[in-house]
Amino acid sequence: MAASGIVFVLFVLVHMYGNLKAFSGEVAFNEYAHHLRIFGEPMLPENGLLWIIRIVLLVSLVAHVGSAVALMRRARAQRPVKYQVKRNNASSLSSRTMRWGGLTLFVFLIWHLLNFTIVKINPAGDQSADITENPYRLMVSSFDLWWMTLIYLVAMLALGFHLHHGTYSALQTLGWVNSASARAKAKIAGWVIAIVIAGGFSLVPLAVLFGVID
Amino acid sequence: MNLTLKIWRQASSSAPGGIHTYQLGGVSEDMSFLEMLDLLNEELVTKGEEPVAFDSDCREGICGMCSLMINGQAHGPEVTTTCQLHMRSFKDGDTITIEPWRASTFPVIKDLIVDRSAFDRIIQSGGYISANTGSAPEANSVPAPRDKAMHAFNAATCIGCGACVAACPNGSASLFMGAKITHLGDLPQGQPERYSRVVGMVAQHDHEGFGGCTNIGECTAACPKGIPLDVISQLNKDLRTAMVHGF
Ligand code: HEM
Ligand code: SF4
Ligand code: FES
Repeated sequence: MAASGIVFVLFVLVHMYGNLKAFSGEVAFNEYAHHLRIFGEPMLPENGLLWIIRIVLLVSLVAHVGSAVALMRRARAQRPVKYQVKRNNASSLSSRTMRWGGLTLFVFLIWHLLNFTIVKINPAGDQSADITENPYRLMVSSFDLWWMTLIYLVAMLALGFHLHHGTYSALQTLGWVNSASARAKAKIAGWVIAIVIAGGFSLVPLAVLFGVID
Repeated sequence: MNLTLKIWRQASSSAPGGIHTYQLGGVSEDMSFLEMLDLLNEELVTKGEEPVAFDSDCREGICGMCSLMINGQAHGPEVTTTCQLHMRSFKDGDTITIEPWRASTFPVIKDLIVDRSAFDRIIQSGGYISANTGSAPEANSVPAPRDKAMHAFNAATCIGCGACVAACPNGSASLFMGAKITHLGDLPQGQPERYSRVVGMVAQHDHEGFGGCTNIGECTAACPKGIPLDVISQLNKDLRTAMVHGF
């Protein structure tokens, strides 16, 4: 769980940084996207790096969801009779929403890949290659729709929640939180990672919606 | 004061259970929670009804028998054991819901009494040090650094009550295990069996059916001895080291 979670954290960090290229304009953004495809050539074939990343992510996804399901099953089997009254005294909301939040991210992930990678659907309607084969144009025409921006912002809220607890939880799972001061730092790390990543991702859709990027 | 008590009644481990409601008057705020239940039981016996079965032993906060979920909090609203909880923590007219620990690893024996033998089996799977019996060894022959000794002592205050499991949404016993791992792992006497201990205890924990820890933190808030989450991180660290070294 922690290992696959960290793979995701590193991935979303780099992905978020890449998205911010949108602020440098169409040429820089598309060049970055193209560069990802030819990275490492001729040592790697075209799209070689992308495929390596995709395989690592897919393996991590299977491990992550598999562990999540196993944890959930064990928890269910352990408490067949529910409490009539149960109070949460110490846990964060983010820690208690890992399962639903993770499911939200999974559903979002499917739409996100259909939107930008596998099918390249332009939700605004125009499916001509001018738009769908131009990463920058596809992104702008998607986020020009208020409801697309909303879907992305909700997903980033879910991501922020998941990372807030996930970062802290992974540090604890790895055995690096053995004192009160280490715990305070691990909690701060959860906040920083959540705000930087979810906030960074949210900037681009907001900028498109408000016409800063067009 | 007068109270409305909603208590889980269950005739045996195989019988179905349910909440029964009782009105109880004449409760003094100086009574302990268990004395309040004693008062209820006296009334029930006088009326010819079956008294409520609940566990207790020392009644001084050191044995860990008095496991009760009180208004959704393990051992009630204060950070202490149920026997050390007093009725001044409640108000006249309160409704108090009392349930047993809910975990398939702690099956209900009767009413509010659960069987915590699973904890004993976890301890038997590594939570000890092997030593020759006979006369007690000379106390200063194995020196322990003071800070380590204090840290070990704090972890050793775990009384095995099971509140951590009861409070955890996953029903994990990681705090209980971590307390023992930290206690013995801090001391020179605990080193020879350190890594086989963690592997053995975790294997038994999982085999019993306790849930996996997702670092939610309800356990430490419910623990009457204030065992910190640090012990779970230490457990994970020892487990990782053990796995790397092929235990
Ligand atoms: C695909 C959908 C996902 C599902 C169903 C899912 C579900 C879960 C669940 C149930 C947990 C366990 C709760 C816990 O350990 O506290 C968890 C932990 C975690 N998740 Fe996810 N998650 C998903 C995606 C992600 C993504 C995209 C990231 C990173 C950006 C991520 C990062 C983490 C981290 C770091 C942890 C903590 C690991 C640990 O405690 O050892 N997850 N996830
Ligand atoms: S760790 Fe605390 S709550 Fe858990 S069994 Fe020990 S004393 Fe009870
Ligand atoms: S009866 Fe011993 S701790 Fe409460």
